[in-house]
Amino acid sequence: MSVIAINKENFHKEVMLSEKPVLVDFWAPWCGPCRMVGPLVDEIAEERDDIKVGKINVDEEPELAAQFQIMSIPTLMVFKDGEVVSKTMGARPKAQINELI
Amino acid sequence: MEKIYDMVIVGGGPGGYTAALYGARAGLSVVVLERMAAGGQIAMTHQVDNYPGFVDGIDGFTLAENMQKQAHRFGAGTKYAEVQKLELEGDVKRIHTDSGLFVSKTVVIATGASPRYLGLPNEQELTGLGLHYCAACDGMFYRGKTVVVVGGGNSAVADALVLSRIAKKVILVHRRDTLRATKVYHESLQKAENVEIVWNSKVSQLMHDGRVTGIKVENVHTGAEQEILCDGVFVSVGRQPASKLVAGLLALDEGGYIIAGEDTVTSIPGVYAVGDVRTKQVRQVVTAVSDGAIASHQAEEYIAAHDE
Repeated sequence: MSVIAINKENFHKEVMLSEKPVLVDFWAPWCGPCRMVGPLVDEIAEERDDIKVGKINVDEEPELAAQFQIMSIPTLMVFKDGEVVSKTMGARPKAQINELI
Repeated sequence: MEKIYDMVIVGGGPGGYTAALYGARAGLSVVVLERMAAGGQIAMTHQVDNYPGFVDGIDGFTLAENMQKQAHRFGAGTKYAEVQKLELEGDVKRIHTDSGLFVSKTVVIATGASPRYLGLPNEQELTGLGLHYCAACDGMFYRGKTVVVVGGGNSAVADALVLSRIAKKVILVHRRDTLRATKVYHESLQKAENVEIVWNSKVSQLMHDGRVTGIKVENVHTGAEQEILCDGVFVSVGRQPASKLVAGLLALDEGGYIIAGEDTVTSIPGVYAVGDVRTKQVRQVVTAVSDGAIASHQAEEYIAAHDE
């Protein structure tokens, strides 16, 4: 599945009400480690049908960044049934990202 | 049977991809094994101003990514895999990864270095919760706030300057009475009115309520302690070589760096060490890429001599 750009308008529907677990990548274009992780997250989205993958640009979505108290990027979070079930900060190898889910 | 590469490079930073570029252009079969993505430490650098050829500087990630693309253009490959074990003795080296086995005539160790920690309790738990190692990544979250930078080298002062443009106040905590940073930084630092320096001090405690609320610092001469309240702490106290993989295989110095001269030759024939993981005086992108070129040349000669 392709990666969904999450914003404050679609967050509730795409993440909170999602039937599948959602991997969310909080990122920004000026952050090197985010750009390292970005393609790995894209690959995971391509490979896995059992989850949904979304990205939140913290520059464009400061409300969502504040709501989830993002202080360090990249931050990866997994939502299940509208709740954060796991999270990690900083660049991680793909295997470790897959283990989050 | 597995393909036997001419050169397997462990680590996809500037040193690794330059070895790959030169190796591929010399007609060697080359693969870079990288655990995450091209970059290494420069991906954490907001702007690289001391790599010649870029008049206005270039951001670290783009520079690294360009080096990767350039090596790929000449036929070098990249495999995203984490190396787990190396067998380096003998004519055929075996590299075990989480994505299978690679076999090669030569191996270039380009694993680089990672930020050094303060070595305090709570450090891991507080990472990302007010404690940071990448000002270029996380500085933006401290607009109008008070932050501490720990360290006195080029990276620490560069971080302090980046943060001084974002934060209300920056406090630089350094354990000596002079900065190790290059002169070019000193003037900018003096001009930055919101930067204060606390000399001769080391961080003795991270104060927190689940997030960092401040630090305790101890004067290294008098032992006197003082509290500094702040919203965030950025640590830049040097780096440690990523040499765990070769410990017990290659000769290392006390600091854990792989012992190799400017020729990049290690204690095992056919194995070369490039970039920050090697014993050297100047750890910079420009010296890492130089190592890469030399290692490739060494590998070429080694292969030619062995194939005779």
